[in-house]
Amino acid sequence: MADKSIFIDTTKCTACRGCQIACKQWNKNPATKTVQRGTHQNPADLNFATFKLVRFSESEMGGMPQWYFFPDQCRHCVSPPCEVVANEKAKGAVIHDEKTGAVIFNPKVKIKPADFKEIKESCPYDVPRYNAQTGIMTKCTMCFDRVKEGLLPACVKTCPTGAMKFGDRKAVIEMAEKRLAEAKKQFKDALLADANDVRVIFLLADDPKKYHKSAVAGNTIGITRKAALRHILKPFKEFQWIG
Amino acid sequence: MTNHYNDFKNSDVILNMGGNVAENHPVSFKWIQAAKDKGAIFIHVDPRFTRTSTKADIFVRLRSGTDIAFLGGMIKYLIDSNIYDEFYVKNYTNASFIVNPRYSFDDGLFSGYDPTKRAYDKSTWALEKDEQGIPRRDMTLQDPRCVFQLLKKHYSRYTLQKVSEITGTPTTDLEKVYKAYGSTYTPDKAGTVLYAMGWTQHTVGVQNIRTMAIIQDLLGNMGIAGGGVNALRGESNVQGSTDAALLFHIIPGYMPTPRAPWATLEDYNKTTPSSKDPRSVNWWKNRPKYLVSYLKTMYGGKSTKENDFGYGWMPKLDAGQDASWLNLFDEMFKGTFTGFFAWGMNPACSSAHAGKVRQALTKLDWMVNVNVFDSETGSFWKGPGMDPKKIKTEVFQLPCAAFLEKEGSISNSGRWMQWRYKCANPPGAALPDGDIMFELFKKVRALYEKDKGAFPEPILSLKWDYETSGHFDIHKVAKEINGYDLTTGKLMVNFVGLKDDGTTSCGNWLYSGSYTEAGNMAARRKKTDPTGLGLYPEWSWCWPLNRRIIYNRASVDLDGNPRNPKRPLIKWDAVEKKWIGDVPDNAVPPMGTNGAYPFIMKPDGVASLFGPGLNDGPFPEHYEPLECPIEKNLMSNQRINPVIKVFEGGLDTFATCDPKYPFVCTTYRVTEHWQTGVLTRWLPWLIEAEPQMFCEMSLELAKLREIKNGDWVRVESPRGKVEAVAIVTSRWKPFNIAGQTIHQVGLPWHYGWLHPKDGGESVNLLTPTIGDPNTMIPESKAFMVNVRKVARQPAPTKKIEKKG
Repeated sequence: MADKSIFIDTTKCTACRGCQIACKQWNKNPATKTVQRGTHQNPADLNFATFKLVRFSESEMGGMPQWYFFPDQCRHCVSPPCEVVANEKAKGAVIHDEKTGAVIFNPKVKIKPADFKEIKESCPYDVPRYNAQTGIMTKCTMCFDRVKEGLLPACVKTCPTGAMKFGDRKAVIEMAEKRLAEAKKQFKDALLADANDVRVIFLLADDPKKYHKSAVAGNTIGITRKAALRHILKPFKEFQWIG
Repeated sequence: MTNHYNDFKNSDVILNMGGNVAENHPVSFKWIQAAKDKGAIFIHVDPRFTRTSTKADIFVRLRSGTDIAFLGGMIKYLIDSNIYDEFYVKNYTNASFIVNPRYSFDDGLFSGYDPTKRAYDKSTWALEKDEQGIPRRDMTLQDPRCVFQLLKKHYSRYTLQKVSEITGTPTTDLEKVYKAYGSTYTPDKAGTVLYAMGWTQHTVGVQNIRTMAIIQDLLGNMGIAGGGVNALRGESNVQGSTDAALLFHIIPGYMPTPRAPWATLEDYNKTTPSSKDPRSVNWWKNRPKYLVSYLKTMYGGKSTKENDFGYGWMPKLDAGQDASWLNLFDEMFKGTFTGFFAWGMNPACSSAHAGKVRQALTKLDWMVNVNVFDSETGSFWKGPGMDPKKIKTEVFQLPCAAFLEKEGSISNSGRWMQWRYKCANPPGAALPDGDIMFELFKKVRALYEKDKGAFPEPILSLKWDYETSGHFDIHKVAKEINGYDLTTGKLMVNFVGLKDDGTTSCGNWLYSGSYTEAGNMAARRKKTDPTGLGLYPEWSWCWPLNRRIIYNRASVDLDGNPRNPKRPLIKWDAVEKKWIGDVPDNAVPPMGTNGAYPFIMKPDGVASLFGPGLNDGPFPEHYEPLECPIEKNLMSNQRINPVIKVFEGGLDTFATCDPKYPFVCTTYRVTEHWQTGVLTRWLPWLIEAEPQMFCEMSLELAKLREIKNGDWVRVESPRGKVEAVAIVTSRWKPFNIAGQTIHQVGLPWHYGWLHPKDGGESVNLLTPTIGDPNTMIPESKAFMVNVRKVARQPAPTKKIEKKG
């Protein structure tokens, strides 16, 4: 199995939230209690039972509304800072599958609240979440259990417009670059968010900050990289899915 | 839909107006995206910037209830700029037809208006015929009484300035849309329109769609790949239910419901549409065959030539009786009837003026509520303001199977009848709807057999043999809908062979051909696509006759050659003497100079730019909604549609230009919920995503009323009030209506008091009892309200995540 990646073309996302619900369904994640807060984004943020969240961001440009949708999730970094930090705190807490590249929080390893804080801060995209009752960390698994059976990740499978694609990393990067070139004709500021560093590559039509504060790694990634470099990377292990 | 969802990919310009395709038909956006990928222009016209608007190349706003003004302006623009398909207009529409000299239009009224009856005598709208009964025409389109000249004159009043004052759309935006959509007038371009309840739920609902049909005819966009007038249905099988005559005025296959003055079969058949023009196919001339075949399905062996095939047993409406939804509930409110089946419906939330409906339910002796979950209708007697001790209505709740728990067909918006299989057993005592109806009728008949009762013949004579091994058999129903040749006992090949002599049966002529001796056509799943246009003739089955795009003979020239060689839909093979491509509409040779016209369901064989059949005029005209923010219709002195029925007295109150209700209000849906939420509010993931009633408003209105984003507000109309969370957004903007600032708000209609407890109430407590004069569909999309901030503590949130 080759190194995998997901391409998310936000210019084709209609925020139907099929991906958000499909993720919950596949992972058997419960709904969390929400209220209407003056936005269509709900839940308010990623949480231990929400691995995929479509973020809605509204602004205005020249009298026209700009309403951007950002189907947020773990980026499955090429060099995941969370892996380095977490595995130092608890052995085997994060598994980086060498075949697919999926970065997986091991549900069998409990994390202390203080350690979780550090792990979370190491993530440039603010993805890791935590169940304080069980001490378990959660996030997107790249549907590792589906992928190994030859199925698409649940979010990709459900996307009606083709905004999400999954495949071998090389092909996905080619697809993303081709699509970027097309998109630039319509959106001059279009870009691929941190394409070289992540396995979940977003095509954004505009300034990443207009989508989400952590749409791209920004300055933090440099720091975490340095931090990461202080560690000697242990050899990757193939993750054996349990249950 | 004249075309299909996947046909959007064949369009060059897609106009979504009166709908919100990305949110309410999310999967169909796949095909809009496919068109966009090929360079198509996507236009969204709506009062509000929605998820759909985010993907539009052109987005423009208009005030709710002003679509005819907007589109009337487009008609003027197309004619003035000479961008219309002249060949198509001359040959395939009634543009050249001459109208009765007594026809006139003055200050908002067409000729023949009777103010005391609030109705038109339509005789002056007739098209002129010659001595042979053939319509008179002027192919130069110059005769001042020809349809084209009258059309031009009628819409000459819809100037950019005037339209802008009515709609609130800036003139530059109007021109942008007109120009982009008008670009499809050449034969090599296709424009399609996608609409939904944003066009229908108005007192001018039918005429909204008529206006667009006129535009599509002017541009030559009907009967072609990538074209058509496409109603996006809001429910998976609402097309099927309409085909099967869910509505009061029709019996299956769009035949009119018998009425009291048509006492005999002969009387009924006298109303069959006729044409003396040999060039008009006038397919409806076959109606008597479809009716007799239907009667054979209903009454089987009891249906004979001697007894008019049982026609006399059919229930009949009084002359002029309108038994549509608003009238039904009005009668229920008045106590006219004692029992009611609420089947797969939640009128306590879905109906306009839901407060009146809830009161009406208290007047019943009994009600049967059939649904997957309990609803505000089933539990109305314990709802807000109700005292169960004082309510006499006895309620029976029948749980039914959900769609995955039963087998059968659904017919989608594109007329595709698709067979579905059961994948799980229904829980508990729940049964499929078909089983419930089947068992119910057996009980009713047993009671009639025992006690006789009044007029027992239709009950005792009904053919009710849809059983296999003691169980209801949906395949037997599907076969009976297809119909049988009763002389051979074989299933009909299609409706062409149906007869009026009692030798054939057919439950719905439009579906004849769907279940033949070759098998269940709706269950086909082959992905062959010979035309390359995505017609997929062996995937499911499409009415009529598996024809995927109706009126497709309008896509060719007089010799049968495709007018758009890039997307040939059908083509005449002169050697083999047959059509190639889609199933032709219909199989007559090319029109040439003497052949048959392409619009075979119209008596004159051509598309109607001038439509003399509707109740409110042969040309669409702008009128204000019943409740509107301006004193005077800027188009004429007729403020509202002059023929709408105004319900008066009781709970029916209205307010127009009333300072107590200064804001325009509209209602809509979100992706995450379905209809009144009966099914979706019980699904935790969906209620998590859209948990509570909201009211969307502009920053300007919020400032005016000192409302902050996330505040609770009370929205009030003369009929009721609801509370909602304010979403203050730049996606709503005030309108400039003739120099006046008009604010509009919008609320979803997904919520109800039953569940969840903090979800909020139905927005239909606000909407008025008023309907379109042709269909009586309620005007839920434009009415007047007030909005005020209320002090309310937000519902407590359970803190789930302590960290992160």
